Amino acid sequence: MVGKSEPINGTAKSQPPPSPLSPKSPDLLSGYFSFKSLKLKTKQQELLIRVSILCLVYILAFVTRLFSVLRYESMIHEFDPYFNYRTTLFLTEKGFYEFWNWFDSESWYPLGRIIGGTLYPGLMVTAALLYWGLRFLRFAVHIREVCVLTAPFFASNTTILAYFFGKEIWDTGAGLVAAALIAICPGYISRSVAGSYDNEGVAIFALLLTFYLFVKAVNTGSLSWGLASAFGYFYMVSAWGGYVFIINLVPLYVLVLLITGRYSMRLYVAYNCMYILGMLLAMQIRFVGFQHVQSGEHMAAMGVFFLMQVFYLLDWLKHLLSDTKLFQAFLRMTVTSAVGVGAVALGVGTASGYISPWTGRFYSLLDPTYAKDHIPIIASVSEHQPTAWSSFMFDFQILLFLFPAGLYFCFKRLSDATIFIVMYGLTSMYFAGVMVRLILVATPAVCLISAIAVSATIKNLTLLLRAKTKAPQSASGKGGSSGKAASKGSLDQSQPFQKNGAIALLFGAFYLLSKYVTHCTWVTSEAYSSPSIVLAARGAHGNRVIFDDYREAYFWLRQNTPPDAKVMSWWDYGYQITAMGNRTVIVDNNTWNNTHIATVGRAMSSYEDEAYEIMRSLDVDYVLVVFGGVTGYSSDDINKFLWMVRIGGGVFPVIKEPDYLVNGEYRVDKGAAPKMLNCLM
Amino acid sequence: MGLFQVENTGASPASEILLAFPPTQVDHLAVVKAQVATGKRKKKTYTPLDVNPKELPDAPNGTKYLSISLLNPLAAGEAVTLEVLYILTHSLEPFPVEISQSESQLVYYHDSALILSPYHIKQQITFIKTPTTKVESFTVVDPTHRAGTELKYGPYNDRPPHSYSPVIVHLENNSPFAVVEELVREVEISHWGSLQITEQYKLAHAGARHKGVFSRVEYQSRPGHSGVSSFRHLLARLPPRVHSVYYRDEIGNISSSRLRLGALKSELEIEPRYPLFGGWKATFVIGYGLPLEDFLFESPDGRRYLNFSYGCPLVETVVDKLTIKVVLPEGSKEPSAVVPFPVNQYLEKKYSYLDIVGRTVVVLEKNNVVPEHNIPFQVYYHFNPIFMLAEPLMLTSVFFLLFVTCVAYLHIDLSLRK
Repeated sequence: MVGKSEPINGTAKSQPPPSPLSPKSPDLLSGYFSFKSLKLKTKQQELLIRVSILCLVYILAFVTRLFSVLRYESMIHEFDPYFNYRTTLFLTEKGFYEFWNWFDSESWYPLGRIIGGTLYPGLMVTAALLYWGLRFLRFAVHIREVCVLTAPFFASNTTILAYFFGKEIWDTGAGLVAAALIAICPGYISRSVAGSYDNEGVAIFALLLTFYLFVKAVNTGSLSWGLASAFGYFYMVSAWGGYVFIINLVPLYVLVLLITGRYSMRLYVAYNCMYILGMLLAMQIRFVGFQHVQSGEHMAAMGVFFLMQVFYLLDWLKHLLSDTKLFQAFLRMTVTSAVGVGAVALGVGTASGYISPWTGRFYSLLDPTYAKDHIPIIASVSEHQPTAWSSFMFDFQILLFLFPAGLYFCFKRLSDATIFIVMYGLTSMYFAGVMVRLILVATPAVCLISAIAVSATIKNLTLLLRAKTKAPQSASGKGGSSGKAASKGSLDQSQPFQKNGAIALLFGAFYLLSKYVTHCTWVTSEAYSSPSIVLAARGAHGNRVIFDDYREAYFWLRQNTPPDAKVMSWWDYGYQITAMGNRTVIVDNNTWNNTHIATVGRAMSSYEDEAYEIMRSLDVDYVLVVFGGVTGYSSDDINKFLWMVRIGGGVFPVIKEPDYLVNGEYRVDKGAAPKMLNCLM
Repeated sequence: MGLFQVENTGASPASEILLAFPPTQVDHLAVVKAQVATGKRKKKTYTPLDVNPKELPDAPNGTKYLSISLLNPLAAGEAVTLEVLYILTHSLEPFPVEISQSESQLVYYHDSALILSPYHIKQQITFIKTPTTKVESFTVVDPTHRAGTELKYGPYNDRPPHSYSPVIVHLENNSPFAVVEELVREVEISHWGSLQITEQYKLAHAGARHKGVFSRVEYQSRPGHSGVSSFRHLLARLPPRVHSVYYRDEIGNISSSRLRLGALKSELEIEPRYPLFGGWKATFVIGYGLPLEDFLFESPDGRRYLNFSYGCPLVETVVDKLTIKVVLPEGSKEPSAVVPFPVNQYLEKKYSYLDIVGRTVVVLEKNNVVPEHNIPFQVYYHFNPIFMLAEPLMLTSVFFLLFVTCVAYLHIDLSLRK
């Protein structure tokens, strides 16, 4: 395994150092060439280097995510991806219309679930399109392989996007660094290794795409870019529930621009086009539907949209009314009435139930303690916990220090684009602090801002160095192009040891970046590349022992139970049982019905005779529990049991948590509480 | 296995001898082989004889007949000694039908003390060999004698034709009742030098059904006592020089298998995901690659032929239905198969990587396959090696076009404004 990681490591190491230099290197090289068409050559060389760096980064981003395939096998990881895989399989077998109208009776027995209307189809459709495309080109691939490699493929595409985004907000150098940084950033890798076939895999691509196109639209004021960003937004909505972030960040950004007096026609065109078209497109996704105009989470965007119209109207009136005093009065009147009308509309909408209030997840984002007190089912998921400092350090490493530096550079050169990236970075950093899984959303912003810091620093340092070296050359009248740099260098002559300092700083930067690369590779290979369904451990003789008990159980269910058997298990395993065991489950990871889950929690935590009654009423044929006591596997059902009690108790007050505790402690040995010992678990 | 001494008591010479089977046995009849021994004791040579099914109009109780064609017609009064081997599948019936984890498996064996025969029987002795000495009970048809693992019925003298005396032996049998309900073997020929074989198994334990709970702890802590009727290992004999072996099922790789490579044969020891108890099922796929030169030859008339073994590589298993699909390379013509026993044949089309016209697939189907069917069969076809170049050329041209477009894009200015 160590040998396997070596080449990847090697490629990665060589990657970031050249990229910051790349925009410079053609200039350096150009000094040595004295052809007639010097300018064209430089341009071509620059292009060649840029394209080859991007190609390498593209390949690197893909390859570094393949640890799990090499170490284990080409398989789907974790829990949710199994559902996505199952639906993708359905989509490729039955076609799109069947998929759209799919009522799945295999999950949430006896309720069933309308799959077509309760999922974000973007990921499945993407994978199916890739699959059909490859099939059309006569590549006899299996749908599973397509699904496994979808996330790395989109991660690679994200690096290209990061390049363009970086280029848009800063320059090509920053773009290249951003591409290299995001290619190996652990925060992103954690959700996009091969096999992690989850919405986030394509959603980050879609998120960055929307932002990039929107910034481009704001910068150019072009309707076509606005349209493109609306389509990017549509793709994002179809892929992930995190689109709410976009629909709140963009209005916030627009608001900030309005307040700071950066309102322009470009902004007006970009936002209106993106909002209206994006909203209409987003409504086509059945899961979102009319939420876009009805739910509280989307109201900010609508408010800003109307504010924008008011602003435009005022602008126009200002143009017509030459009298400033009259205009001031009018302004005050309009703004108050507009705000008043908006507030009244919102109040009436909320009161009449037309505008739904915020959902629990949204609340828990704004108030991290909310979920713990009110919704145990959200709090029970480990990835919804507040983030610890160590995981920030783990996922970002030096980017954490480069981020503030990048912010400094952004503020130094304030423009519409840098304001956007600053706001994106700050808000997403806040959300990342609230929920572990949202580190993912912050990652592109952190990478971009850090790239600006790296690129700007190195550019300044190399400028200093080149100024020194070029100075004698320009004196002899050879390097005409470096005259500007030389003059700058001569200005700085007063400071001693400047060259040495610059060299030391450059080396320091290279050292940091190479540290980052080793850290990322290590994190990827050690922490983020295990499928969690197959466990591997080192045996006594150093050989690799594989625990494949999950799949053993699921496969047994698949082969040796009647096809209509109902399996009761805790909701974690629901998706896997339906996907691998092909059997009907009572609850699964789509935790849409809290009562149903609580019923299962109650059955698990009741005395056996009571539990039997509950299970009879649910037609349960088999019960699946996971016990890890023999092999020392810690995340088994005994460990999760307290959550079953809490969630069960949240709906059925018969279940009380203290009954299962001894003196406030959770014990599972002889000294455990009697109710604990005699319950179904 | 029967040793027959047949005497022609009729008037005219007989060129064939009939074997009779009750209709229930005919369906499970996998192999019938007959051979005649000539020469004296030490210089005995065996000559195999043809065996063909035959319909007789006046068969009592639906008895089915097979006829053995003799080399030389048997003249009146002459006698000949024949050895007949036939293999029946699914002839043991577990009783009790359901057993728990700790019990061992008992089975009924149904047979007749007297062989069903259209001829008059002068004398017959029947031996039944049991796998262990544990025999619960057996039908006594005097004279009957039991010693060790052997049951002896007979000798019986002068019985009329079509006489039948059923016997039941109730005995212990814990050998794995591994039955492959369906096996699809796909052999894909690539003229670039490899033969890719994919075998899809549907395996079942056909013994006494498992009753009650299965305790993994007990199963692992007391391997000798618990779950004796179950099996967890299977051995597959693969050809030598096998490479890139995999063993997986619908939900992923199965990590419990061992491969031993040898000069004469390779052995793959596989464990299903869980030990199989009576009535449990498992499906899995084994795949491997083989060097082409070991199996593909050129016949004198310019055709190529694949020489490959029929039958299932798993040791000591019965296959209820075996389908072999030979995927010929794209562009091959006039396929024909030569199989030493009757099979059901037809052609299919398959599309694999970068195929345009599709590959011809020769499908051979047979029911009731036992290890005795592991004999080679041949598939002949015409193939022009120029077709091998089609796919590389296609790929090269695609890449060439890609680069040409890149070059063109960089050199053409598409903007409207200057």
